[in-house]
Amino acid sequence: MTKSELIEKLAEKLIHIPAKDVESAIKEILEMMAQSLSKGERIEIRGFGSFSLHYRAPRTGRNPKTGEAVELSGKYVPHFKPGKELRERVNASLA
Amino acid sequence: MALTKAEVAEHLYEKVGLSKRDAKDMVEIFFEEIRETLEKGQQVKLSGFGNFDLREKSERPGRNPKTGEDIPISARKVVTFRPGQKLKSRVEDGNGQ
Repeated sequence: MTKSELIEKLAEKLIHIPAKDVESAIKEILEMMAQSLSKGERIEIRGFGSFSLHYRAPRTGRNPKTGEAVELSGKYVPHFKPGKELRERVNASLA
Repeated sequence: MALTKAEVAEHLYEKVGLSKRDAKDMVEIFFEEIRETLEKGQQVKLSGFGNFDLREKSERPGRNPKTGEDIPISARKVVTFRPGQKLKSRVEDGNGQ
C-alpha cells in the first residue's frame, strides 16, 4: 500500500471529512513524525510502536568505485520497534 | 519528551482545522489502517518517510532468561521499518541529540 492508497482508504472511512483535508492531515502526520525524529525526539504510539534514533559510530568506509578509503563521521539513524498489539496481530496469521 | 497521538491530533486541529473529535479519529484510523495492511501481509510504502515491510523468521533456539531453560523461539512474522532516503538525511542533519 502506498501513501496515495492510504489517503484513499482513509477518505472512504471518514466520509464526513473533505478528501482534501484527509490528504493534508496524512501529510501533516508524516511531516510531524519526520520532524520529531530530525529534532532527536522519539515517537511513541501505543499499540503501534515507537520510533527512536540509533547511533552509528564513525568508521572508515570505502568508495566502492575507486576503492579509496573515506572517513565517515558518526550519525543517527531512525529505528522502529513494533508495539505489542502490532506484533501480535501480524503474527496471528501464522499461529 | 516523545511525540504521542494526542500531540499529533492537537496539531491536526490547529493546522488542518479538523474538529477535535475528527482529529483524534484521523490519527487513530491512520495507524489502524497501517496495522490492518500489515496484518494482511502487505507492505506499506510511505514516500518521504519509509517502508514498513514484513519478514518471516524461522524457528530458532532460545532460552528463558529467568530459568535458563532451553525453549525454541517459534517461527514468526515480524514488521521491519526501512527509513527512506529523505528521512535518513533529515535525521542525519538534525542536531537535536
